[in-house]
Amino acid sequence: MVEFLQQVINGVSLGAIYALLALGYTMVYGVLRFINFAHCDVFMIGAFAGMYIGRHVPEETVWGGLTVLAGAMLICAVLGIVIERLAYRPLRSGPTLNVLITAIGVSLFLEYGAQDEHVFGQRPQAFPQIFPNTSFQLGDVRLSSNQLIVIVVTVILLVGLRLFVMRTRLGTAMRALSFNPKAAQLVGVNNNVVISATFGLGSALAGAGGILYAMNYPSIEPFMGVMPGLKAFVAAVLGGIGNIPGAALGGLLLGVVETFVNGSDYSTYKDAIAFAILILILLFRPAGLLGRSTVEKV
Amino acid sequence: MRRYLPQLGLIFGIVVAAIVTRYSDAIDPYVLDIATGAGINVILAVSLNLVNGHTGQFSLGHAGFMAVGAYVSGACSLFLGPRLLGDDPTALSQGLFFLGALTVGGLGAGLAGLLVGVPSLRLRGDYLALVTLGFGEIIRVIIQNMDVVGGALGLNGIPPYTTIFWVLGCVALTIYVVTSLVRSTYGRGFIATHDDEVAAASVGLDTTRYKIVAFVVGAFFAGIAGGLYGHFKLTVLPTGFDFTKSIEIVVMVILGGMGNTLGVVLAAILLTLLPELLRPIAEYRMVLYALLLIALMLLRPQGLLNIRVSKKRRT
Repeated sequence: MVEFLQQVINGVSLGAIYALLALGYTMVYGVLRFINFAHCDVFMIGAFAGMYIGRHVPEETVWGGLTVLAGAMLICAVLGIVIERLAYRPLRSGPTLNVLITAIGVSLFLEYGAQDEHVFGQRPQAFPQIFPNTSFQLGDVRLSSNQLIVIVVTVILLVGLRLFVMRTRLGTAMRALSFNPKAAQLVGVNNNVVISATFGLGSALAGAGGILYAMNYPSIEPFMGVMPGLKAFVAAVLGGIGNIPGAALGGLLLGVVETFVNGSDYSTYKDAIAFAILILILLFRPAGLLGRSTVEKV
Repeated sequence: MRRYLPQLGLIFGIVVAAIVTRYSDAIDPYVLDIATGAGINVILAVSLNLVNGHTGQFSLGHAGFMAVGAYVSGACSLFLGPRLLGDDPTALSQGLFFLGALTVGGLGAGLAGLLVGVPSLRLRGDYLALVTLGFGEIIRVIIQNMDVVGGALGLNGIPPYTTIFWVLGCVALTIYVVTSLVRSTYGRGFIATHDDEVAAASVGLDTTRYKIVAFVVGAFFAGIAGGLYGHFKLTVLPTGFDFTKSIEIVVMVILGGMGNTLGVVLAAILLTLLPELLRPIAEYRMVLYALLLIALMLLRPQGLLNIRVSKKRRT
């Protein structure tokens, strides 16, 4: 029982990171109907930005940690907006396949560009301990402060996102755009502004995810985003792509399942489990857990 | 004349292969090596073009099928070869055995293509791309965990059966099969699936079936290319078939123009020669590919080497 609770806590803190990343995929898919391949590299840039900012703030303080988090989120938001503006916007009216190929290009550019020795280099680098590090003992269950921070930060960001999307004008415009882009434009939504905001918001969440991931796995390298990115995408599909609460739920479920598989005898297959889930979901419930199935109209 | 173009091409290719083999001793081994590499890349690119170009299904896992082919045929030669051929094989029996090994490798890859294709080809566009990427990686991870074929150390000591004759012959065969498949009555289904899946389905074409056929045929030839690669490099490593390799093949197809066989062949040759000619830039190859992809999509989405500008094919 103790071990079970311990695994649940580990799984939730991993799943929270997947959830943050999955939100970016699902939000961009909601407004533009394409998978932003470069999203997982924004996550990586977030971790590196955190490492560089972390060198200039006092280590192991709450304020220092929050500064790093906010700084990385800001940098990632700007990066996301710039990527959209330069690479995706000119192709918006073209075939979706072209946008997809461009997204792969952007992703590769960020990964291999970052690998250059003048940028970040190929070798894994150590991520500093930015928040104070202690651990709490709840009965026999151990909860590290890093795990607690991951969970708390994720909950705050999720609630904030929910309020933003449901209560603000920009959030309403975002929902309108994802419902029907042309009709949204007709009632005066400026699509360009909304799409930029979506990319900014999604990328900021990815940046936060990058920091939180790097805190728990403090060795960062240019390809660190690929596997979490794929899994977060699976999480987004699991919850129903385009559906914001679904992405959060999918991320949590995936994190917990993966942690349990990792703790079992089949730990070598922990990376394969995400794809097994993806195939099952696509075969039996392609709209995802919370998504509604849509009928294609011609 | 145009009608028999694929057949003429096949005959021409085999004649060229025979002539080149006859004089291969006189050719610089370095040139032969590069020609072999280029030929293998041509097979990969043309077979991926059937899936990505003609049928319009964006697959990112081609290197995974190449890996299956390389390992299956390599293992055949390594484990079955000594038993079947004995100590002193004749050239003919060795050739027949290699043909068999290549075919088995191709069939293995085709089977893997079927297993991957049936669940994933229900998806479209970007979903499919991500799923095939995932499968490509899974194939690699599975091979890496198989101790029978050397695990992470790779399969070593594969006999050097690949000659320029085999490579050119397989290139000619691949181009022949792919072009005549697409030109046939049956093959119109691939193009119809590419052009408008809904319309194709509404006139009674089983688009899923077409997609799976394209995928399996593409995987088969990727397996053949893998087999040639294994018997050329004599050692295969799981890391040689990672995502980077898949991307390289995709870049060849996009550079040549999706659905344009001649352009894809030229692009494959060009991209094989480029790193050799520009040694200092070879290090930045992947960054270059990335920029090439972005620039091509922004400026010339029909492909750099596509001579015919087909506006009506794009939807």
